[in-house]
Amino acid sequence: MSRERPPLAIAILAAIGVAFFLLPLLGLLSRTPWSTAFDELTGSEALTALRLSLVVSAAATAIALLLGIPLAWVYARVSFPGRDLIRALTTLPMILPPVVGGVALLFAFGRRGLLGQTLDAVGIRIPFTTAGAVLAATFVAMPFLVLTVEAGLRSMDRRYEDAARTLGASRSLVFRRVTLPLIAPSVFAGAVLCWARALGEFGATITFAGNLPGTTQTLPLAVYIALETRPEVAIMLSLVLLAVSLAILVAMRDRYLRAF
Amino acid sequence: MPLAVAVAAALVLMSCSSEQSAAPSSVELTVFAASSLTDVFNKLGDDFRKTDPAAHFRFNFGSSSTLATQIVNGAPADLFASADEDNMAKVVAAGMSLGATQAFASNRLQIAVAPGNPKKIAGPADLARADVVLVLAAPTVPAGKYALEALKKAAVPARPVSQEIDVRAVLNKVALGEADAGIVYVTDVRSASGRVSGVDIPEIDQVTARYPVAVIKGTKAPLVAGRFVDYVLSPPGRTTLASFGFSAP
Repeated sequence: MSRERPPLAIAILAAIGVAFFLLPLLGLLSRTPWSTAFDELTGSEALTALRLSLVVSAAATAIALLLGIPLAWVYARVSFPGRDLIRALTTLPMILPPVVGGVALLFAFGRRGLLGQTLDAVGIRIPFTTAGAVLAATFVAMPFLVLTVEAGLRSMDRRYEDAARTLGASRSLVFRRVTLPLIAPSVFAGAVLCWARALGEFGATITFAGNLPGTTQTLPLAVYIALETRPEVAIMLSLVLLAVSLAILVAMRDRYLRAF
Repeated sequence: MPLAVAVAAALVLMSCSSEQSAAPSSVELTVFAASSLTDVFNKLGDDFRKTDPAAHFRFNFGSSSTLATQIVNGAPADLFASADEDNMAKVVAAGMSLGATQAFASNRLQIAVAPGNPKKIAGPADLARADVVLVLAAPTVPAGKYALEALKKAAVPARPVSQEIDVRAVLNKVALGEADAGIVYVTDVRSASGRVSGVDIPEIDQVTARYPVAVIKGTKAPLVAGRFVDYVLSPPGRTTLASFGFSAP
């Protein structure tokens, strides 16, 4: 830990940066109805939404790991025409307004969508289901994992892989026993970023999956709906979301920082 | 995620910058209006500017409950037009209204279905059918509250697959073909111009939505805001409202 004194300008700007993030948090805390907090929290709707949020964000992270690590490997290791364009297209959801992402998902997986028509014909319905909420969360969150893992793959020391290869290991064995352990911190960091993005996801979910308590109403949606009629419930729900996120981010901090 | 607070903050910032840049002779009027008023208020604004060219409108359309929350939390509105009396009452109770609120229109419910009504939905009773995907507005939104009232009168169990954040979102889900039916206002079906068809709800199950308007405390243009309210209530304003399917209050 360095004890260097920062230049005044840097200290001031950094302090403004901190205040910018802390003030809204303090605002939330200042409006929190602490006396009735427990009652608001144990209300079934809060717990239902929290449970659904945890399930949806965990499922989205699992899918992102399954598809995202291979995708990142291809981006980092395989050279093919149009790679940069395809990488840009698959990271587009990071900057796309989530509501637009939700509409795009409807045009793909909705009842009249490109693939959705076929799915509907065999009786599979994705919008308005929990699977739809998972799909929406995966769509907006997976690019965070892909980019982080790709950066890890590009910065790792490839001589270990070469050594394993010369010793006769197969390509899949090298990937499992050498590459994956070496990029584990990046995978971990990417998964945390992806999970955090999935947990806070709102726009694509409400557009694509709709809003129904217990099925698609995740915590951010429940907060939005509650804000209009029962702001104290909305504040408590927000605090739950914050507390869960904060606990996980703090617990992951060491690994999280090491990867960058 | 304190979304409404963030939106309100963004509006504050936007209004600060636009007031500085506006020419002194022009008056900017920020109107918060229920999303079912989207088309008719744009038209009323355009018509009003023919007699009051200095007035410039900035509309913020959303569910009345969202708008009321924004106003109560200090969003800079000059006028608020709500799709129900409850949300206007919230604004009045918070001491945010200037003068009396006035009812200017009323609206009726209709079932929005795919064009040509392929699922042969004849009335509220069909909304309980297992093969009908029903979408309603959230019960916290006026359109959702009215829809539940109508379904209750018709003794039809409400089993929507989604509770949308405002009535236009319900309309869109039907127009996009994701839902087979949604309960919206008569005026929404009309404004969708062919993208959905309307199925009437029998008189006995109907619910009337009354739309009140009020000038909001802290407005920088109380006179112009008052004149616009008068225009909305005037015979030409009433005619425009009627042409979009609204009834007299």
